[in-house]
Amino acid sequence: MLSKAIQFIAHRPAFPAAIIITACVISVSALAGAPKPDIPKGKGDRCVEDTDYMRKNHMELLLHQRDETMYRGIRTKKHSLKECIDCHAVNDNTGQPVSHLDSKHFCVQCHEYASVKIDCFDCHASKPRAQQAGQRL
Amino acid sequence: MSEQKNQIDEYRRSFLGKGAALAGLATLAPGVILHTVARAKPADEAITGKVRWGFLIDANKCAENCDACVRACDEENGITKFGRPETDAQWIRKVTLRNKQTNHTINLPMMCQHCAHPPCVDVCPTGASFKRADGIVLVDKHICIGCRYCMMACPYKARSFIHETVTDQNPDVPRGKGTVESCTLCVHRVDRGETPACAEACAKTVEGPAILFGDLNDPNSEISKRLASEPSTAVRADFRLDPGVRYQGI
Repeated sequence: MLSKAIQFIAHRPAFPAAIIITACVISVSALAGAPKPDIPKGKGDRCVEDTDYMRKNHMELLLHQRDETMYRGIRTKKHSLKECIDCHAVNDNTGQPVSHLDSKHFCVQCHEYASVKIDCFDCHASKPRAQQAGQRL
Repeated sequence: MSEQKNQIDEYRRSFLGKGAALAGLATLAPGVILHTVARAKPADEAITGKVRWGFLIDANKCAENCDACVRACDEENGITKFGRPETDAQWIRKVTLRNKQTNHTINLPMMCQHCAHPPCVDVCPTGASFKRADGIVLVDKHICIGCRYCMMACPYKARSFIHETVTDQNPDVPRGKGTVESCTLCVHRVDRGETPACAEACAKTVEGPAILFGDLNDPNSEISKRLASEPSTAVRADFRLDPGVRYQGI
């Protein structure tokens, strides 16, 4: 009688569901354990667009601006990568802006958290340019 | 008493104001500054085909040991050398030509000639090599696959391939490993209404300005006037590529 009961439970469709629930519980606990990125504040009062909009669409704005600049010579500052970098520069302990090789970099903070690999900074400068060598910004 | 003082202040203010206006006029009088200001394009305005940028290079004024233009270009565009001339990037180089019969030598700077019919654009398989409306030939490095067909097609050896990882780029001049690049005519400066770095540096040398930058389409520009009144030639004119860079004294 007992063995029959065990057989019955084992063949219930609820069994795989239990596994999924267990997996979910594990992943939620893992997510809660991941450190939230410590997003540094930009220089100005507010960003050129709302924060929520920027989180979702910054790549679209940059892509659009890049083609406008390259092909049509339009160099407005509002959506330019250069201005993002200038405003969101993060300084290290010595007061110098960090490059994209440092996890404290504004772009890198979030992209590391979201596991997004970007190659913008293979070509583009990831920090504002000092006016002269060794000069503090 | 205080009213009188106020009157004097007002008089003094208007006098000083007029004086400042006169001083402003005197500064603009040479015309060069006024011309530059008038030409600057607003940042939100697209380039047009009404202008065509180009150089007129006077080889007679190009001194043998002077490399001011090359150094200015390297500095402006963040071009670092690795001591390997075969593969190091060069956007502008000094060329010395010697007549074997007379031993007469001439020097000239050589860079992308910004052709009206650029062969580099013809051969590019991805469309990365392109010509802007104002005649500046560029590489869209976002879609360049580094195949180097353009380097083979260019008769002026103007293009370089970046073999090494690049760091500390100038924010205005993105450069990266695995792509082809060449003289951009300092497009970031031209869009601001400035002249390219090489022309600016050359003008400050003792030998005088050998590189003149300007709008080939504007009949009133200095470059057009000189081209109309003085002899000049294109390098390898037989290719009929209509280069935007023209030479004198070669």
